[in-house]
Amino acid sequence: MHTTSYRLVGRTPLRWGGTSEDGMNTLAESAVTALRLITSLDPVLLDIVRLSLAVSACACLLACGGGLVLGAWLGVARFPGRGVVLTLLNTMLALPSVVVGLLVYLLLSRSGPLGFLGWLFSFQAMVVAQAILVLPVVTALTRQVVEDADRSHGEQLRSLGAGTFMRGLLLIWDERFALLTILIAAFGRAVSEVGAVMVVGGNIEGYTRVMTTAIALETSKGDLPLAVALGIVLLAVVLLLNTLIALVRRWRERRDAGLSAWLRMPDPAA
Amino acid sequence: MKRAASILPLDADMAALIPVPPGVPDPAAHPVLFALRDVDLCYGPVRALHGVDLSVHAGERVALVGTNGSGKSTLLRVLHGLLAPTAGTVSCLPRNRQALVFQRPHMLRTSAQNNVALGLWLRGLGWRQARQSAVEALARVGMAELGGRNAKALSGGQQQRVALAQAWALDADALLLDEPTANLDPHAKREVEALMQAFAQPRSGRTMTMVFSSHNLGQVKRLASRVIYLERGRILADLPVHAFFNGPLPEEAGLFVKGEKI
Repeated sequence: MHTTSYRLVGRTPLRWGGTSEDGMNTLAESAVTALRLITSLDPVLLDIVRLSLAVSACACLLACGGGLVLGAWLGVARFPGRGVVLTLLNTMLALPSVVVGLLVYLLLSRSGPLGFLGWLFSFQAMVVAQAILVLPVVTALTRQVVEDADRSHGEQLRSLGAGTFMRGLLLIWDERFALLTILIAAFGRAVSEVGAVMVVGGNIEGYTRVMTTAIALETSKGDLPLAVALGIVLLAVVLLLNTLIALVRRWRERRDAGLSAWLRMPDPAA
Repeated sequence: MKRAASILPLDADMAALIPVPPGVPDPAAHPVLFALRDVDLCYGPVRALHGVDLSVHAGERVALVGTNGSGKSTLLRVLHGLLAPTAGTVSCLPRNRQALVFQRPHMLRTSAQNNVALGLWLRGLGWRQARQSAVEALARVGMAELGGRNAKALSGGQQQRVALAQAWALDADALLLDEPTANLDPHAKREVEALMQAFAQPRSGRTMTMVFSSHNLGQVKRLASRVIYLERGRILADLPVHAFFNGPLPEEAGLFVKGEKI
């Protein structure tokens, strides 16, 4: 049996689900319209992108504040039950985002313990949800980096008189380039997340609509150009972040190899 | 019965009871800096130190020799307080300042000057003052011009000199060195050895003590006043340097000196 349905693509109704040629045409037209939206700096598109980046940046800042310190401490401290804490932390790396969304929803709902804040379906709620989602990533990766560094040269810092917490902080600072990579990866995780912000943000247009929730909604509505445009921007953001990670890594390697120092040296002939 | 492990300050009475090792001409003039009594240290099932009895007097230059895994590095870490013994007692003179230089010193990702200043800052000195002292210490090891360089980018010999500057800046009474020239080329080895010689000289009227581990017997002859041979965590020989290289030795130590035991 052959079924045909109609959906809107931009302002032009297009047939969807017909022949493969129609499908290709739809995809091509959507891509072209999407590129037009991006190049013309469509205000709706820009608002969504701006909000999305702001939510994820705030969430990362919040998560990094706690995650770096907690990760550094877990990396150097030895206490009974540490293994259990690390297992729980690693389990939280695979925390489903909708579960986080549900948890934050229950906390912020009118009858929840934090309902008095009135944050549900707001910017703050999305920031909290993403921060909770990203916190285990930052903590676990920081812990790993600091623990490896401590195993390698923590003894030397101890010999200089650094206590446990000070050692953790010094190792964080020493491994700052590796941590920068973690922060960028955490931002990538936050900005590409959809479940939690959908549940606690509500995907309200102009208020809590971010890139991922907008893509989900516009796709279901059949407004493919906006969805594709947002998809392209999201991919570009992730690509940019990965490029930044690679650049930071290269810069760090060159710096450690002494090229930066060599570049700073005065010219002997001068 | 398991013996209690502890690190105690050494009082004058206790110091008087400790037998003086051969090679120290006037024990009364040289107080005991470190005293280890029947020290055991285990890494899980592995016993790294076994019944170690040792006294180190101020002004001594003690070389720890032995094959790989004999317990030299572990003993240095116990002397510095980085490792607590599983059993036995470790005593040290109150207010004794000591610094440990590692075989491969780790440089933090910052300038050599900041690396040196860090040790002082961790001991409570203000950062600005610590950086000023670091300049002097770097000049002392011939690294004044390289103080601003990224310490990670320095050569192995230069990094070892920065580590020595760090120890120098701490104004330590005792310098502990774990195979300080093991990974260096001959030129850097000579430089570091010269600095070790300089460190061992009395400073501001204070007698300096040096304990170092080495596989280089030539270096031991040049630098040490006393040699301790370790094997499987036990001290098998503890002699003045002249006696160690010329006198009778236990069989294992003799084979080591002849180069037949690596």
